[in-house]
Amino acid sequence: MKAILTVQNITSEFVTSFWTPIFVGIFVAIVIYALWPRNKATFDEAARIPLREE
Amino acid sequence: MSQAPNAKTMTTGESGLTLVFAAAAFLCMIAAAKALDAPFAFHASLGAAASLAAVFAILNRYYDRPAALPPQEINGRPNYNMAPIKFAAVASVFWGIAGFLVGLIIACQLAWPALNFDLPWISFGRLRPLHTSAVIFAFGGNVLIATSFYVVQKTCRARLAGDLAPWFVVLGYNFFILIAGTGYLLGVTQSKEYAEPEWYADHWLTIVWVVYLLVFLMTLVKRKEPHIFVANWFYLAFIVTIAVLHLGNNPALPVSVFGSKSYIAWGGVQDAMFQWWYGHNAVGFFLTAGFLAIMYYFIPKRAERPIYSYRLSIIHFWALIFLYIWAGPHHLHYTALPDWAQTLGMTFSIMLWMPSWGGMINGLMTLSGAWDKLRTDPVLRMLVVSVAFYGMSTFEGPLMSIKVVNSLSHYTDWTIGHVHAGALGWVGFVSFGALYCLVPWLWDRKGLYSLKLVNWHFWIATIGIVLYISAMWVSGILQGLMWRAYTSLGFLEYSFIETVEAMHPFYIIRAAGGGLFLIGSLIMAYNLWMTVRAGEAEVQAPAALQPAE
Repeated sequence: MKAILTVQNITSEFVTSFWTPIFVGIFVAIVIYALWPRNKATFDEAARIPLREE
Repeated sequence: MSQAPNAKTMTTGESGLTLVFAAAAFLCMIAAAKALDAPFAFHASLGAAASLAAVFAILNRYYDRPAALPPQEINGRPNYNMAPIKFAAVASVFWGIAGFLVGLIIACQLAWPALNFDLPWISFGRLRPLHTSAVIFAFGGNVLIATSFYVVQKTCRARLAGDLAPWFVVLGYNFFILIAGTGYLLGVTQSKEYAEPEWYADHWLTIVWVVYLLVFLMTLVKRKEPHIFVANWFYLAFIVTIAVLHLGNNPALPVSVFGSKSYIAWGGVQDAMFQWWYGHNAVGFFLTAGFLAIMYYFIPKRAERPIYSYRLSIIHFWALIFLYIWAGPHHLHYTALPDWAQTLGMTFSIMLWMPSWGGMINGLMTLSGAWDKLRTDPVLRMLVVSVAFYGMSTFEGPLMSIKVVNSLSHYTDWTIGHVHAGALGWVGFVSFGALYCLVPWLWDRKGLYSLKLVNWHFWIATIGIVLYISAMWVSGILQGLMWRAYTSLGFLEYSFIETVEAMHPFYIIRAAGGGLFLIGSLIMAYNLWMTVRAGEAEVQAPAALQPAE
């Protein structure tokens, strides 16, 4: 019980202190994912979804 | 032995909802009998009547329907559920006209105060929230519900989740509008801008909204298309964030469960901060994210071109999500809110330039290779001009959030002008464009009754918007400058009434602009009506069971 609380405390403290770098990190990861060359084909296909529905 | 194939039984939803609504009718009757104030008695009676109507409608629908529920697919094609969408589309046109009309009335009241007629029910203070709620939540909300249910089905190639649930969302939401709107006229308000409805209406909206989220999510879950199309991301962000904002801004304790008055849990400056965290994100996630979803489906569809850059759509979606939620404090510059919070709000507002221009570029550039269609298709022109207004008003917004600019613009008509550039130009036009696309699709019509009338609507409404926002710019800046003018001896140069007098001509121009916008929407209503009534039907489907498309 005590151990769980401590883990929770550490996690919540970490998030409250470092939310800016955490959020920036997540956002940078999203940008990398969006610009990753290998994903281009998937995205080009997705851009056409409204045009090829039944 | 197994049951006969055509033995009809009630679904859990049908029997459960019948019982819930029967109980609700009973409780509402008690509440009406024990009510402490007349508006509460009226609303409880409305609740009882609506609950009874719901019981009747569910049972009636059960007796009329075939034993089997509608299939998910017919001949390998999704059996789309369009009936609730039709209702929301019609409701949006109705509420739009009502909301624009009330806007025109209060614009005239500002120019000629005698139009209050000294009646409490139609005084400016009561009609103003009626106008804002009718256009944002009733008109805009129904457009969002209609288009989201349409787009999620089409881009997931799956039938809308739930049998009664989509109807519950559409009808329940419109019942909320009815309670909220009649409440304003009767003087029921918790006095929070854009969150005026009292505690019982808020509770009801919470239930409806959770069901909305579930219907949307469960439709995504059963999708046939592996990729979740970007418009659905925007719709989901809109639904989830509005739920969070609504809960955050409205924790109120009613004075009595039999009365309409309640007190908010937050006090003082915290309440103000919560209010504008809510208020600005209602702009960000209701009026921006939701309508960007419309842009991302309807512009590619109408222009018959793929989205210009799907990568940009992902990046600007997440930029919007990460930034918007912090921008609210710019509504509280130079107040008791701590300075650092004001600066934070301003900084994030300025950063919002990036995602908003990302969205605008993506919407406009989707037309590359199809620019000629702007000449021939007034519906596409409406959609594209809406994106231009989006770019303009989201450029203006961050500018106005800068503290020095805000010290001139805040509390003046400049703000009203800014809001209407976004509301009439962006939200209004993108909604009209979507309705012009949606109505022929929903009612299986080849096209609109008249493109010429769309053209008339477009130009009349555009002139109306230009009159409106330019009058408010001049009036707002004039007002701001007059308020801060000092004489050489350090006295204020103008009394307040002198500034009011100076506004008068601009208020008349504004009312004229609003009148033109209303005329445009009446032309649209006629055109859509004739499309449904007299429009040429789409090529006849071979079988009667053909799904509505």
